[in-house]
This record gives sequence, C-alpha cells and structure tokens, in this order.
Amino acid sequence: MSELLLRVRGLSHRFASARDERFAVCDAELDLFPGEVVAIVGESGSGKSTLLNCIAGRIAPTRGHVHYRDAGDRWLDVHALTERQQRVLARTEWGFVEQNASDGLRLDVSAGANIGERLMGHGERHYGRLRATAQRWMERVELDTARIDDSPRAFSGGMRQRLQIARNLVTRPRLVLLDEPTSGLDVSVQARLLDLMRTLTTRMHLCALIVTHDLGVARLLAQRTLVMRHGQVVEQGLTDRVLDDPQHPYTQLLVSSVVTP
Amino acid sequence: MSGQDDRTDAGAAPRLAVRGLAKHFTLHLRGGARREVLRDTAFDVRAGECVALAGASGRGKSTLMKCLFGSYGCDAGSLRFESSAGPVDIASATPQHLLALRRRDIAYVSQFLRAVPRVPALDVVAQRLLDADPAPPSDDLDDDEAHARRMAEARAVAHVLFARLNLPPALWELPPATFSGGEQQRVNIARGFVQPARLLLLDEPTASLDATNRRVVIELIHEAKAQGAAIVGIFHDEEVRDAVADRRVELG
Repeated sequence: MSELLLRVRGLSHRFASARDERFAVCDAELDLFPGEVVAIVGESGSGKSTLLNCIAGRIAPTRGHVHYRDAGDRWLDVHALTERQQRVLARTEWGFVEQNASDGLRLDVSAGANIGERLMGHGERHYGRLRATAQRWMERVELDTARIDDSPRAFSGGMRQRLQIARNLVTRPRLVLLDEPTSGLDVSVQARLLDLMRTLTTRMHLCALIVTHDLGVARLLAQRTLVMRHGQVVEQGLTDRVLDDPQHPYTQLLVSSVVTP
Repeated sequence: MSGQDDRTDAGAAPRLAVRGLAKHFTLHLRGGARREVLRDTAFDVRAGECVALAGASGRGKSTLMKCLFGSYGCDAGSLRFESSAGPVDIASATPQHLLALRRRDIAYVSQFLRAVPRVPALDVVAQRLLDADPAPPSDDLDDDEAHARRMAEARAVAHVLFARLNLPPALWELPPATFSGGEQQRVNIARGFVQPARLLLLDEPTASLDATNRRVVIELIHEAKAQGAAIVGIFHDEEVRDAVADRRVELG
C-alpha cells in the first residue's frame, strides 16, 4: 500500500463574520493516499468548500493542521509555510479546479497559453515544446487543437472546464483539489467530463479531492467519500459502503433523497 | 444454529473463513427500526471450491455477498481471506486495503451493471485488467502510444470473452447503459471473469440469460475453479447450481 500524502487533523474554522459560535468546519480529520479519488459530499452550507479551501491553504483555519508530504518526501505543515512557499506548492505539486472555470483560467490569453503558463512557471521557455505540450493536452481533454490560439472566452462551459483541467494537470501535480467541477454543466457534458477525469486520475496515479453535492459524481469517480453536515464529517469510508450501507441518519436521508444515487 | 457448515476436514487454511458474522440495519428514517439480517454466520470456502448460498428470500444471501465485497460493513465476526499478499480480515480491513483486494483478488458479479456513462462495453472490461496491473504512472502518461498499446491488449482479451458470451459485436464499442438486461449481465460477467480472482462472488450471474449463455457461464465457473478460485454464489437457477456448486450453505 502506498504512503500517506496528506494528513488533516482537528481542522476547524469559524469565519470572523459568523454572528454565533458556529464553526463552518469542525474537527475534520482526513487522510489522503496517492492514486485515490476522494469525494466530500453534503448539501450547500455544510462546510465542504470551506474544508477544501482550508486544505488548499487559501483559508487559515481557526484550529488544526494540514500536513503534506512533498515530492522530496518531506512533511510540510501547509499553514506554517510562507505565502511564497504556498504559491510555489500551489503551482507545482498541487492543482485547484474551480467550480467556475473563468476563476481558474486567464480569459485574456489563448487556450494554449493557459496550458503553457504553469509549464513556464516550471522554467520551460522553448516555444515549440510549450506549444506541442499544449496541443497534446488539448487532445487529452478532447478539445479541438485547431482552437489553440482562441481565447477561452469563445469556449462553452464544458470546454472551459476541460481547459481548466488541462491547465492544472500539465505540470503533473500530485494532488488536485476540485470544487464542484461538474455543477452548472449539462448532463451530457458532465458525463464526458467525469469520464475524462476518471481516465486521467487513473493514468496519472493522481490523488484528487473533489467537493460535490452530487452523489452520482461521488459514486462514479471516488473510491472513498466523506459526508459533511453542519461543518462536521458525519461519516466517511468506501464510497459504495457510504452510499449502500449508510450508518448516520443524515447520510441515510441524503441517499434516500436522490432518484438513483 | 444459523449458517453452520457441515464440513470439518482439516488441512490447509481455507481461502475464506467466515466466523460469527452478524449484520443488522438501523433504519433511522423509520424511527430507528432495527432489522437483523445475519447472526452468527459461519462457513469456509476452499480454493477451487464453489459454495452456493441457500435460504429463502430475505435471509441475507445478498447481504452476505456485500459484506464479503466490503460494500456493507459487518457488526461482529471475521471474514478471514487468504489474499495474494497474505491473510486479511475483510470485516476490519481499511478502505485502502479493500480497494487493493478488489483490484486483484476479489471479483463481484452483481445482477446490475454500474458503469461510467460514455465508456464502451469493451473498455469497461479492459479497464479491469489495467487496474489489476497498472503501468508505472509516469510511463503511462508520457507515452500515449504505450497506453494505447496496453489498452489494445486488454481489449483483445475482452473480445475473446464477449465472443464466448455471444454478445453481438455491434454492441462492443457502445456504452452498456442502453443494453438489454441480458446484454448488461454478460458485460458484467466478462468484467468479473476477465481477471482471475482468488475470491469470486456471483450474485445470480445467469438470472437474465438464455440457455446457451447459461452454459457458457457454467464453463467459465468451471474454469475459474480449475484455476483455484474460491467461489461464493447465489444461484436460483437449479440447473446452474447443480452444475457448479460443491455444497450449500444454508442461511437463516
């Protein structure tokens, strides 16, 4: 079995603006291993995106720790890193796929440049190689390579989301965090994106943590699932066990509320 | 006594030893109603042996299968399994360990096929082979050609099984979502048998098949036994059960 990649312990967060004593995330615990896709499910306001942002280092948690084992096999305390170190980590070993693709893309440069940007951050300057890699990634995410010089502004929602995935994966991250990557897309477009993510995570032996309110997405993509409610992780385990043999009353409610989970 | 095994011969450790297994469901949406399904279930399955679960509907045959696959948790007892990497208790294994077992050692043919939309039937089966024996990730991604080659080899193996199961070739490149029940079941069977498993779980594998394909499945089961698989099955079809099962374990 592979070695632990990310360890979250006692993670809690309360927004300064919260009027009551309510925590958006309360005592979350989570281990991630290389090569696995893990889903965080729960309804709006359950704290799942806040947990994802705390893990990403974008929100400093009120309490608790996020430890990450980097490519050099060193354990890093994500929230003890300087902002610069966090930025370096975010564009080298990590990826973040935004719910709204335009938040994760640069709309004023071409599709090819969007893919090439992270590679340039890695020191690649050779125009021909950058372009060839961008082309290869457009093929992998099933985008028409003839549109390499087009702005993503001219792309549909599903195409932008695939471009965002290519932009994130081109540097071969070890951990990718995804915030509702398929919501807001048509069902047929969703299916295509799910299939693509499944293929790429398998081939890259990638660890992916995906926030979704859609149990079907968790079922198809994730080997493990965490269920959140009111900031608490109420249940976690193998996805099929969580969905087929739910133990917590809230998970039972969630599973029984969908037509075909 | 429930689920007791009548067999007591000594010898090598059985491939699977079920002891004191209990499973209940608490229905929180029904005021916490409790449904006892399995209690003190115990039996062994040896390598190369096929055990048929018997007992009336509702006695927990499918529940037991899901406990063995890990998609249901167990309340008490142990499911000791001789995996390719040594003995493991399925009932208390971590999710990571269970996933590893499912990739190589344990296969489950259920009555229903669940597959990612858009994936062709051939790839559903081929992917099982690739998952069982993954390429080093860096090689796999850098070299699209090598990946395509590995996929083509796995698909060739899937071809053979589809042909044996008389699945019309026109369907092979289509996603199984639109297939008939019998066609989906054959995809499921191909996926379950394509990678030789040490523990094979068969939940009504022939329920919607015609006589010709039932005979193909019987052959596949005989071949799996000859290769040393331990098989636990639910067979309502008596012809199939009599042809493949070495003995029965009564539940309930």
